[in-house]
Amino acid sequence: MNETAPQKQPATKLDRADARVRDDERIAGAARIFYDRVRSGDLGMLPVIVGLLIISTVFSVLNPVFLAPNNLVNLLFDAAAVGFIALGIVCVLLLGEIDLSIGSMSGLSSAILGVLWVHLGFPVPVAIAGAVTMGALTGLTYGFLRNRFEMPSFVATLAGLLALLGMQLYILGPTGSINLPFGSPLVRFGQIYIMPMWLSYLLAILPGIILVIGGLRVMKRRSEANLSSSGMNVVVLKAVVLTAALVFAVYYLGKGRGVPWMFAVFVLFVVVMDYALRRTKWGRSLFAVGGNAEAARRSGINVKRVRLSAFVVCSTFAALGGVFAASRLASSSQQAGTGDVNLNAIAAAVIGGTSLFGGRGSAWSALLGVLVIQAISNGLTLLNLSSSLRYMITGAVLAIAVIVDSLARRSRASHGRA
Amino acid sequence: MAQAATRHAKGDLLLRLSDVSKQFGAVTALSDIELEVNAGEVVALVGDNGAGKSTLVKVLAGVHQPTTGTIEYLGEKVTLDNPSKALELGIATVFQDLALCENLDVVANLFLGHELAPWRLDEVQMEVRAWTLLQELAARIPSVREPIASLSGGQRQTVAIARSLLLDPQIIMLDEPTAALGVAQTAEVLNLIERVRDRGHGVILISHNMEDVRAVADRIVVLRLGRNNGVFTTANTHEELVAAITGASDNSVSRRTARKLEATGDVT
Repeated sequence: MNETAPQKQPATKLDRADARVRDDERIAGAARIFYDRVRSGDLGMLPVIVGLLIISTVFSVLNPVFLAPNNLVNLLFDAAAVGFIALGIVCVLLLGEIDLSIGSMSGLSSAILGVLWVHLGFPVPVAIAGAVTMGALTGLTYGFLRNRFEMPSFVATLAGLLALLGMQLYILGPTGSINLPFGSPLVRFGQIYIMPMWLSYLLAILPGIILVIGGLRVMKRRSEANLSSSGMNVVVLKAVVLTAALVFAVYYLGKGRGVPWMFAVFVLFVVVMDYALRRTKWGRSLFAVGGNAEAARRSGINVKRVRLSAFVVCSTFAALGGVFAASRLASSSQQAGTGDVNLNAIAAAVIGGTSLFGGRGSAWSALLGVLVIQAISNGLTLLNLSSSLRYMITGAVLAIAVIVDSLARRSRASHGRA
Repeated sequence: MAQAATRHAKGDLLLRLSDVSKQFGAVTALSDIELEVNAGEVVALVGDNGAGKSTLVKVLAGVHQPTTGTIEYLGEKVTLDNPSKALELGIATVFQDLALCENLDVVANLFLGHELAPWRLDEVQMEVRAWTLLQELAARIPSVREPIASLSGGQRQTVAIARSLLLDPQIIMLDEPTAALGVAQTAEVLNLIERVRDRGHGVILISHNMEDVRAVADRIVVLRLGRNNGVFTTANTHEELVAAITGASDNSVSRRTARKLEATGDVT
């Protein structure tokens, strides 16, 4: 093929040879692709952006404090714990499975942390390791039940929800609550530690730079391989918009306390998970199993192992979320992980664009979705609404998110997109 | 391509089944089956429902294990314990339901389970190889970055065949590749089969459609009630084939033809 005559570049690109393919290069092309996607039900991040705009408008009209820098800083502190849990559930949702015990898992994990650290006097890292190990073991159990006994994950994890909650109550004992030492780094991490401004700005411009350099490298490789690419304009535009948004966010948060370390760590994990899902064989096999498990099996993918790994990752992240929640609240209590934690995390993933039907989603959906969920929860708290109303409203938001997901799925099916 | 170096010359024996039997409890699905597949040859496997075609395919794909008999592959006796063993040896199967992931694009489906660079997927390289493979098959896929859901039936069939060729197998088995296709798409797939044969692969084609079989097959192996019932070529008449498939020269097909001829007053 081309190797024999590298000096003579054919006029048409490999992937533009077919006359039926529109040449979607440059900014206009990118805009057209985006428009087509949204019309056919591939909504991407649109619901999140619309949601955030509506939420911030409504709440800032009702209470101007909502958009105050320090309130947003608090919001980010609160978002990290649920965000971690949502990040884990994305893996399981991609398979078309579900884990309903993530709330209990986070609660149990915070209880283990409290007991090992405060009651038994182990060092903090050991306590955290204990909690995370419990998470991994729980995930292994769910994976085993699903693989060995074909137990539907929703039943297995519903049973797990009760069992884990029971364990949490058991190890916390009759007092039911353990206060974590206020001066300790873990609690300060969850309540006080803020990134220095210079570092925040540096990290704010980093993604743009990586985008441009990565974009250039991909373009170079693609043109060497005689493939089309989206064009530098699009990449630069994306990078500029992203950098402007991030720098503004850092500047605005800097008018208050600044960017919490806790949130930065969460974002770091999102970036790692995004890489794992999009650029590794493991991530690809998650999508494949979620799309068509039998096809994945016949392609030589070990479906059972993929399932097991997803459940382990999910429960492990839920356990990490529990550690973060404990450090945020400076306590391990019977209430940790109960109430709306479960559904908030699942709602966050779904609002962010991860489908409940499997095979679609991204790590970023956890980040974006948790911002929406946390903004609602924060706004309602500012309005001094009782938790009864908060539950009802959060429930309604989850229902709307699932309806949007279902409608978008139907539209994609009729437009020939999976 | 460089891989063609390992390809066997046209006519070399690739696969030989001798006395292969398969029993499911009291039911004998296959008994004493003989089958040979040579390089650069299309062997059609025909037979009525329940003749054992699918069982034979599954034996060769490693899904079922034969009760007795031997499978010789490239002159060596082999056992096909599971689907991945068959794939490793170089026996690829295109199943009737295609087994594609609709949510993934063409490139991802082609390389599913065999991605290049597992820790840092090499999308550019995979896309280039996908285009090269599709061009070799003269396949008309407009874009390899669209999800499978947006492709037509014929295009999906093409992707499934291309995927089976990715690991450069010696033998490719196609189970009813034209069953769900229209006229033009069927012709495309038959062209594809001929191109695959011309690349030097051995092709096993399972089909109910005698027209398709006669169009591309070099040899036609007839199974009946789990047994060999003759080997034919396209030189044999349609009636002979039907007789072998149904097991009698006086069968429902011949009676129907006779009735039709009578009706038109064309009896000789």
